[in-house]
Amino acid sequence: MSTPLLRLTNVSKQFTLHHQNGLTLSVLNDVNLEVAAGECVVLDGASGMGKSTLLKLIYSNYRVSAGSIQYTEKDCEPLELTTASPRALIDVRRHHIGYVSQFLRVIPRISTLDLVAEPLLSETGHDEQAIKQAREVASVWLTRLRIPERLWGLAPSTFSGGEQQRVNIARSMIKPRALLLLDEPTASLDALNTQTVVTLIQEAIAAGAAAVGIFHDQAIGKQLATRRIDMNNFRSMTCAAQ
Amino acid sequence: MNDIEKGLTSVDALTRSNENQGVSQHFNFAYLDERTKRMIRRAVLKAVGIPGYQVPFGSREMPLPYGWGTGGIQVTASVIGPDDILKVIDQGSDDTVNAVNIRRFFQRTTNVEITTYTQAATLIQTRHRIPEMPLREDQVIIYQVPVPEPMQRLEPRERETRSLHGLAEYGLMHVKLYEDVARYGHIATTYDYPVLVNHRYVMAPSPIPKFDNPKMHMNPALQLFGAGREKRIYAVPPYTTVESLGFEDYPFEVQQWEAPCEICGSRSSFLDEVITDDSGGRIFVCSDSDYCQSRQSSAEQNLPAQTSGHSNGK
Amino acid sequence: MVTSRTAPILRATKLTKRYGQRTALIDASFELWSGEVLAIVGESGSGKSTLLNVLAARDRPDAGTVEFQLKDGTISDVFQMTEAQRRLLARTDWGFVHQNSADGLRMDVSAGANVGERLMALGDRHYGQLRATACDWLARVEIDPSRVDDLPKHFSGGMRQRLQIARNLVTRPRLVFMDEPTSGLDVSVQAKLLDLLRQLTQQMDLASVIVTHDLAVARLLAHRMIVMQRGRIVETGLTDQVLDDPQHPYTQLLVSSVLQP
Repeated sequence: MSTPLLRLTNVSKQFTLHHQNGLTLSVLNDVNLEVAAGECVVLDGASGMGKSTLLKLIYSNYRVSAGSIQYTEKDCEPLELTTASPRALIDVRRHHIGYVSQFLRVIPRISTLDLVAEPLLSETGHDEQAIKQAREVASVWLTRLRIPERLWGLAPSTFSGGEQQRVNIARSMIKPRALLLLDEPTASLDALNTQTVVTLIQEAIAAGAAAVGIFHDQAIGKQLATRRIDMNNFRSMTCAAQ
Repeated sequence: MNDIEKGLTSVDALTRSNENQGVSQHFNFAYLDERTKRMIRRAVLKAVGIPGYQVPFGSREMPLPYGWGTGGIQVTASVIGPDDILKVIDQGSDDTVNAVNIRRFFQRTTNVEITTYTQAATLIQTRHRIPEMPLREDQVIIYQVPVPEPMQRLEPRERETRSLHGLAEYGLMHVKLYEDVARYGHIATTYDYPVLVNHRYVMAPSPIPKFDNPKMHMNPALQLFGAGREKRIYAVPPYTTVESLGFEDYPFEVQQWEAPCEICGSRSSFLDEVITDDSGGRIFVCSDSDYCQSRQSSAEQNLPAQTSGHSNGK
Repeated sequence: MVTSRTAPILRATKLTKRYGQRTALIDASFELWSGEVLAIVGESGSGKSTLLNVLAARDRPDAGTVEFQLKDGTISDVFQMTEAQRRLLARTDWGFVHQNSADGLRMDVSAGANVGERLMALGDRHYGQLRATACDWLARVEIDPSRVDDLPKHFSGGMRQRLQIARNLVTRPRLVFMDEPTSGLDVSVQAKLLDLLRQLTQQMDLASVIVTHDLAVARLLAHRMIVMQRGRIVETGLTDQVLDDPQHPYTQLLVSSVLQP
């Protein structure tokens, strides 16, 4: 059996709040999970069960308290994310693992088009040709997500929540990556745009990517999931709801 | 009576009181004691060994204040011998106050032969000009220097300029020249124009007009520089390269005049502008008085006129 | 230019610096690779400025080493170099952006001369080209090139900082040190400056060490972050990691103290 793309082994996560008398919040306990290419794993569970936390652990946004997270791309050496150097992690994020969050982090003064095109440019450098091509790809994405062209030259800080989220999705997905982490990506979208995003995710998976996602809407979860995980399995015995 | 006159009057009095027409017996030969001369000679040797490098020295109290050539006088006093023939000029002239008083000082303290004739001198002390007549290997020219540090205006910290010289970091000098071109369209420095000596040290040649800079290059004479207030001595040995700084597209250029000297007709010497009346009338006259007079007397005797042998540009 | 991708461009090992009885920096170590931006955060007295000054060879450490990868790929101990070599490095391969732009500029020579100085120091002697290069860089840092002959005295704070950046980057350094580059600037001016730094850092593949007390600046510009407290590095990691999942008590305090507008 080939190595799965992602393997979590005995992963636990506690938060220690030093300024609240060292209060410890145990959010995840002994997570074991494997994800293979082409899978879409949907995490189920009530709020506070640590779904978002799990995604963030995989993305190395959070540090594990215990356990191992191994990432192995086809025909490559496995990479242990919990002990990887910052440099290796930056590289992994750039090329292999993408994170689609709920909120767009706005960078002032950058136009929507350039914001979306940016992930395509980090490697190729900044010659005129590359920029032009990246912007073309970005405009295709923006069109698909129904962002009006008149907004492309503006910075997204004044956009509605839904518009910002669609820009965020475009930016996060424009560069094909082997693993997608989806944290309630459609939370602020209307039905029409939600469907578009679902289609985009399906296309990515069909192209060989793997996904681990959280969806507030059960229906979407049903549409996308190849497998569902119940977060109750990873509750700590001493957990405290947040 | 200025300070120089006062200082020299007391020397005068002592001299007369001894009924001695020669060197006053109350002063050592050339005023400075022998140990001081030795110290200065050592500094001079070091300066000659490192062309363009400013050597600190223990500048002594002289009978005239700072700013009147005490540095030049100390160097001259350290190298002068009884058989030397001394010429002293100030702005090219043998007749101005500074030149007259310094010459008299040396007459009284050394009794050496004095001349106004450049070609006869073995030692020439000068303030702010180089004589027009080319110098020879057996001559020494001593410059009076007010500010020895060429970067002083841009970098007043001596600690820093010493490092810059030591590391040959001269970007700052070119910043000054760049600023001139940006502001005036040309390099605006017309005197004390910085030079690169022996391809290594940037030096302040003293406030000689830039017209004189080319004379310093590969000069057969030994050139010594003394700054009394700033306590520095530096030197350009004979036949040393001295290049004036500039840009490739804004190179160093000397001044030119439209008219020749009113008195001797020279077209190749540095000319002073003399206002003749209060309706704007003016004439141009050679700054180097000896040179001008020599040419005049040659003309009167119908001899071929001397030329300085230096070009004044084009 | 051979910048080895496997060897770090800068390596600090157990740097320690004392001022009399007071130890300002204790055992600071880290590695930095080409193209990485590292933020050093901490409050006043944390030792971050001391660390920056030691890294940039402006101060000599009492213990520890700083190693820099030269253009030809060799690793060199910065404090074993001669003064001349260090100064040359500081003028060519390194940049240093001061908190107060007056410290990093010549206030009474023109903007053009400020930008061109490093080039002149390296032997450029063509006025026309120097001026053209200066104009080019002014445009890149969004200063109107027609101001090339103006004095920095007459520039606003933001413009002075951008001029300082141009002055440093003209020799295409591979490593840039910045000491609170946006401090004292208006918020909108800060945004402009940060944006510029972000772009230039990416375009020129710069490695950069930025000292800041502003976590928002760190989040925007830096890939990695070091948190300092009382002279020690107490936490290090990816910027978002340190800010979103702080481990050390001091880091938690720092992060929770930041006001969210």
